[in-house]
Amino acid sequence: MIEFQQVSKRYSSGFEALNGVNFHIQPREMVFLTGHSGAGKSTLMKLIMLMERPTSGQVIMAGQNLSKVRPSQIPYHRRHIGVVFQNHQLLFDRSVFHNVALPMQIAGFSEWDIGRRVRAALDKVGLLDKEKQNPINLSGGEQQRVGIARAVVNKPALLLADEPTGNLDPQLATEIMELFRQFASVGVTIMIASHDIALIRRMGLRVLGLEQGHLVYDGAL
Amino acid sequence: MSQPTPPNSSPRLSPRQQRLQAWKDHHRASAHDSLLRLWRAPIQSLLTASVIAIALMLPAALWVALNNIQQLGEGWDASPKISVYLKPQMDTTAIDTLKTQLQNRPGIKHVEYVSPEQALASLNTMAGFGETLKGLNRNPLPPTLILTPIFNAVDVAQIQTITDDIAKQPIVDQVDLDMAWVRRLNQWLELGKQCAWGLAGLLSFGLLIVVGNTIRLGIENRRDEILIIKLVGGTNGFIRRPFLYAGAWYGLFGGVIASIALAISFLCLRSATAELAAAYQTDFILSGLGVLGSLVLIALSGLIGLCGAALAVGRHLGDVEPG
Repeated sequence: MIEFQQVSKRYSSGFEALNGVNFHIQPREMVFLTGHSGAGKSTLMKLIMLMERPTSGQVIMAGQNLSKVRPSQIPYHRRHIGVVFQNHQLLFDRSVFHNVALPMQIAGFSEWDIGRRVRAALDKVGLLDKEKQNPINLSGGEQQRVGIARAVVNKPALLLADEPTGNLDPQLATEIMELFRQFASVGVTIMIASHDIALIRRMGLRVLGLEQGHLVYDGAL
Repeated sequence: MSQPTPPNSSPRLSPRQQRLQAWKDHHRASAHDSLLRLWRAPIQSLLTASVIAIALMLPAALWVALNNIQQLGEGWDASPKISVYLKPQMDTTAIDTLKTQLQNRPGIKHVEYVSPEQALASLNTMAGFGETLKGLNRNPLPPTLILTPIFNAVDVAQIQTITDDIAKQPIVDQVDLDMAWVRRLNQWLELGKQCAWGLAGLLSFGLLIVVGNTIRLGIENRRDEILIIKLVGGTNGFIRRPFLYAGAWYGLFGGVIASIALAISFLCLRSATAELAAAYQTDFILSGLGVLGSLVLIALSGLIGLCGAALAVGRHLGDVEPG
């Protein structure tokens, strides 16, 4: 599903965020990406999202070389990826329903499809009864679940989550992880950046460890 | 899970129809949403629209005023006179022939012959000339034909053609067209209209900046939303749309305010000018911008708003990039 071939990224400031990174993630796989702050986790995800371009090497997603994606095609590329952020990135000027509906409105689905799939996604994360509320009135865990519903509503092939449990207590974090595991079981490839080692150990999944831009670990912890 | 009842759109549309429908839906939603945003900040919206209205009113008022002056000129009853001075000592048969010839010419209403003696007599009656004329030993005045063309004072080009034609006659010494003032008035009006256009151009440029700046602030305020939309795959067109609608709304509202204000101003002036016109015994009526003129003004204003928004969006949307 995702393949990195000798990928390096050097920012214009001279900072080397990634250095010769190689890995291959199979479809339906769920992997953790770990490392200290500045180890290159965010940069790696930005390269997949095409928010950044690699200085050298190739990133291949679903058989497509991402260096071939023209700037005008980037929005369409991003529609295949669901993203979950640590700080949720919800819009507080609209209801939970309309936050989740945003990717589908952008992708041009009909009102009928949007209503159906937004409610299905909210049902999945257990927030169907909160669809009319403003997300500002929800707890941190609930906001994160709205963010997850928004990420999966479009049925993306790939789900990226950047520190999705960073601000949550251990029990909520485990619930969120179980939710991800359910998505993986229905065919979504999932990459989760996290430095919660205890949680990662409990999940017992493949881990990619980054250190100063180098991939130093690849396997179960 | 509760199943929503399908609204107006059927799930049986082809993907292409569905995308077209979604595109139309987003246009409608953007127009509605941007209007709602203007409504929620009434003071700021009204200020922006008023600035636009004032900038529009200046050239529009000038334009209407010039049109009124032109109308006044067209209504001028007195046609210009053409004086045809003939060579001295011409025999009367030649003069009569020319008079008949001119009388039969299309475009000429009336021809009057004034002999040198008649001209001298009429000059004698004018105050101050009597003494001067006594000092002359012979009558210096030429025989003259006074022509009244059927064209009115603003058809400068047609009158000029007749004049040039007559000047070619062998017995004609000089043709004097007493219409320099008409030409001058037309030239002033032309200059005035060019000034109105120039002013309109300059102020349109100002409007682009006013609308552009308002939209730029809107982009700044909605930075987070734009970032999220870009991250979940929104195209630039999708992001641009509500801002373009906002610019068009500002322009349209400014145009409406300007049209109403102009209509009220001209209505107030109308009774005053009617009294003035009555005092001069003319039936001149002050005309405003009219319905069509107002619609054109509103449409142009909306277009300027749209262009201002497009400029701002083109310049500032690129600055909002995730990463």
